[in-house]
Amino acid sequence: MQQFLNITLGGLSQGAIYAAFALALVLIWRATRIINFAQGAMAMFTTYLALAVIESGQSYWAGFAVALAGGLVLGAIVERVIMRRVEGGPELNAVIVTLGLFVGLQALAAIIFGAAFQSFPAPFGLRGFTFGELTVAFTPFSVFIVGSVLVVMLALVALFRFTDLGLRMRASAFSQEVSRLLGVRVGRMLTIGWALAAVVGSLAGLLIAGGNLVHPAYMDAVIVYGFVAAVLGGLDSPAGAVAGGLIIGLALSYVSGYLGSELVTLAALAILVAVLLIRPKGLFSRVAERRV
Amino acid sequence: MGTRIITKPLGAARRFLPSSVLGRNLLAVLAALVAVVLVLELTTPFRNAQLATMSYYAIAAVGLTVLTGLNGQISLGHGALMAVGAYTTALLLGEDAVPFPVAMLAAAAVTALAGVVVGAAAARLHGPYLAGATLALAVGVPGLAIYFDGLLGGEQGLPVSSPRAPDWFADALYFLSANDMSSAKYLAYLGWGTLLLVMLLLANLMASRFGRVWRAVRDDEVAAELAGLRLGRLRVLAFVVSAACAGLAGSVLAMVVRLAAPSGFTIVLSLSLLTAVVVGGLGSLGGALLGSALLVFLPPAVTNLGTSAGLTGVQAAQLAPFVYGVVLIVVILVAPGGVMGLLRRLFAFRRAGSTTSSNKGGTR
Amino acid sequence: MSTRSRRGAALVAMTAIAALVAGACGAGGRPDGDGEGGGASDVGVTADTVKIGAHFPLTGVAAPGYSEIPTGAKAYFDYVNANGGVHGRKIEYVYKDDAYNPTNTSQVVNELVLQDEIFAMVGGLGTPTHSAVLDFLNSSGVPDLFVSSGSLLWNQPEKNPQTFGWQPDYEVEGKIIGQYLRDHLPEARIGLFLQDDDFGDDGEKGVRAFVGDRIVAAERYAPGNTDVGPQIAALQASGADVVVGFNVPSYTALSQLTSMRLNFGPQWIYSNVGSDPALVGSLLNRFSEGKVTDASVLDGVITTEYLPGVEEKDNPWTRLWQRVWDEHGGQGELTNYRIYGMSEAYTFVQALQAAGPEPTRAGLVEALEKIGPELTGPALVPYRYSADSHAGLSGVKVVRIKGAATEDLSPVFVTGNGDTEITEHTAEHAPPPPNGIPDMRPVG
Repeated sequence: MQQFLNITLGGLSQGAIYAAFALALVLIWRATRIINFAQGAMAMFTTYLALAVIESGQSYWAGFAVALAGGLVLGAIVERVIMRRVEGGPELNAVIVTLGLFVGLQALAAIIFGAAFQSFPAPFGLRGFTFGELTVAFTPFSVFIVGSVLVVMLALVALFRFTDLGLRMRASAFSQEVSRLLGVRVGRMLTIGWALAAVVGSLAGLLIAGGNLVHPAYMDAVIVYGFVAAVLGGLDSPAGAVAGGLIIGLALSYVSGYLGSELVTLAALAILVAVLLIRPKGLFSRVAERRV
Repeated sequence: MGTRIITKPLGAARRFLPSSVLGRNLLAVLAALVAVVLVLELTTPFRNAQLATMSYYAIAAVGLTVLTGLNGQISLGHGALMAVGAYTTALLLGEDAVPFPVAMLAAAAVTALAGVVVGAAAARLHGPYLAGATLALAVGVPGLAIYFDGLLGGEQGLPVSSPRAPDWFADALYFLSANDMSSAKYLAYLGWGTLLLVMLLLANLMASRFGRVWRAVRDDEVAAELAGLRLGRLRVLAFVVSAACAGLAGSVLAMVVRLAAPSGFTIVLSLSLLTAVVVGGLGSLGGALLGSALLVFLPPAVTNLGTSAGLTGVQAAQLAPFVYGVVLIVVILVAPGGVMGLLRRLFAFRRAGSTTSSNKGGTR
Repeated sequence: MSTRSRRGAALVAMTAIAALVAGACGAGGRPDGDGEGGGASDVGVTADTVKIGAHFPLTGVAAPGYSEIPTGAKAYFDYVNANGGVHGRKIEYVYKDDAYNPTNTSQVVNELVLQDEIFAMVGGLGTPTHSAVLDFLNSSGVPDLFVSSGSLLWNQPEKNPQTFGWQPDYEVEGKIIGQYLRDHLPEARIGLFLQDDDFGDDGEKGVRAFVGDRIVAAERYAPGNTDVGPQIAALQASGADVVVGFNVPSYTALSQLTSMRLNFGPQWIYSNVGSDPALVGSLLNRFSEGKVTDASVLDGVITTEYLPGVEEKDNPWTRLWQRVWDEHGGQGELTNYRIYGMSEAYTFVQALQAAGPEPTRAGLVEALEKIGPELTGPALVPYRYSADSHAGLSGVKVVRIKGAATEDLSPVFVTGNGDTEITEHTAEHAPPPPNGIPDMRPVG
């Protein structure tokens, strides 16, 4: 019973991390119709910035703020300098450019920060809550993770559903020509989309790093499962991203705990294929939109 | 590359060329074969080994370019299909040691079968959903080798005894070039022989009715469907062709590397293949070849440059992926149609009514 | 000339080639006697240099930690070179990145052997990676010394006459840990935390030979999957009060963090590979800032030792390594990974000295087989090298981590694979020579 509870709770906090990452992917997808494979590498980079700040003696929260600000700037720069030139071109070109960014940033981080393991502090306790005799696999930091993910999800839903900015972002992603005619400044919308997504990505990076070890490739596993989670939920839906993240997190935790760690990757494949065969556009897809 | 060479000669020579696509392609392959023999005989054993490596990347890449460039399906999972081919080969070349061509054919067949299954699932998916599913495939399949570690050798993999050059083959080449046959060179011959054969088949396929309908499906699904094409079947077929190539590539990989192990088929492999295809020029066989060359020759060149510039081994090693990433970005920004697109623009070479165009895919 | 005849010619040629290819099928199996120079040769040796090579993961997921090993080896070779080299030759050490991917390993080893023309391979890292080049190195006659992996694969002198292991293999270590458990913790309910490859398997085999009946759980983690929560939860549920870990250092840190989260406090026993108190301690201390009560999280953890580590500041060997690193190291501190690299380098220098003033590849292998039993060095235990055995170090001692140092729990034990008995090794561990460079006589 205790094992089941712990595996469940562990899966939930792991799932929240995948969800955070999936949210960043969803944001960029909704804003620009691009899958950003560099998301993980960008988040890794800003996490290292935070680590540098913290190691220079500043507080965790100073590092936290620097990472998020770094994400904002990095996202905007990447969009303006690089992605702007491939938008509207063949879809695959954008994919390859983000892959190039991914490889390049990871190597750059190794050059600047070194390839060794480093530990990243957490702002809250890392001991599980205790109820009488029982200690569960849920720490104050897990609460922070789950809370942040929920807040980000609600903020994104609100952004896209209730604000003018969100509407314009969706419009420019959907049809640049029409949006231009309607007076939307498409370029600016795309930049904002990337910048915001990079902030969410940086947050995901920080949440994963907290109370854990970082190295230049520490996001690799998360990139895969985060992407799977986003696709599982339906790339257009922030709620779907969160649901997808939690499903993947929980399922993989059960598989790892009861069937064996070596089956985890296979399980991710099986779940994704099973869901996509029934709903080819993910669990939470509503609009039967035509392929672009 | 094949078809290009032939379409280039001066007008006067043109009328001597065979009129059929098949004939021209055959001739091109023959010319390429001569070039391969020359190159392999004139280069060092190390270059031979690099070329052997390039051959298996290229076999997989030409298959992928047919799928992605011609039929418009993205696959981030071709590394997993290569793993299927490699493990099939490893198992067959292991105990009872069937002759290696049988093992290669079996690898292609088994992987094609896997391609039917994957393709049937993939045919329902589009864009990022297909990308996601194939990404999960790339990550998931190597896990099978660890789960069935009794049969597939677990993390440390299955050793493969790579074939050795038969006497007559070594003698024939000795007769031609007075060079001895090293095992690296033999494997390079094997890989390039397979590659040219695959390219010949694909070039003909691309010029055939299938090539046309695949392009039609890619360019406008609705129109294609209205024209009575059965999209699902066509998609699966493209996947199967592409998977068979990946299987062959995996088979050559297993023989060149002499091992099939899960850590050889990480997501990096799948992504590398995709980058090779796009950077070279999507939909073009020559482009896939160029992209594969980049994968093989760029990293060691950068590392060596770094070392001779006085960097330590570790720094030089980190420099290689950095430069690779930058090259990917720059090539796409400078030449959205890939290297082949750029070359085409540079030479501004157009010929009305050219039917051989394996090379149109990239620019749209 | 008509196109038809052209096409005909092409077809004929094509058929001929097809026939060539088809003909290739049946044949095969001519013994490989071609141009790769098996046997005696001086490849890689010039009047004043000896070039050797290695492959390591310098980028990617496996790079943290392992990428430090070659920097240590390089520092020691530079030290030896600065002091005159071996038989007047400087050792040129080239190491390349394989990102822990066997496909890359085969490429970089091709480069090292065929392009850089190394004399020998020294310390190539990893089981799957090195397996990929085992055949190639052996069929090319390249000495393949001191593979950085404790797999049993490297000890097959008949099949792979060029290949030698170096560190104690995991089975030997597992046996000695198993015996310790049987003798000193007879009541323990034992859980195993294993990396899911030969490392975990061989270690498990060794432990089971002694306390197989008291193992209540064996949990495996797939390398690369950093969430070990489910495995630790299962160990906790099994009621294990002693957990033996055959895992790498990052997973020691992860297993400790996860256990802390679950308030799971068994007696941990980590294999030598995973313990590295200096590294794991520094990783974990970060989390102790007000969150963990005790600063040295690894205090009380049991592990094994066969090399004096960086935390034993007063050990003469550690002092030597510190001096070498200060003089010739690059960025960063001396770490146990670097000491490992230096120790392998030290053994290679011994082998090269023994191979005489005109070393050949065959001579190097032969020399190592001859000097095997008398080799001494940084390791506490003897090597098992002989004409019949290419296995590396023969044992370990069991120690408990105490603060920044360790205390002995057992004498130094030596053993072999399978049913070989465990015996005590009583010889004194000799300090390094004053100049820090071994002095082996040429053999033969």
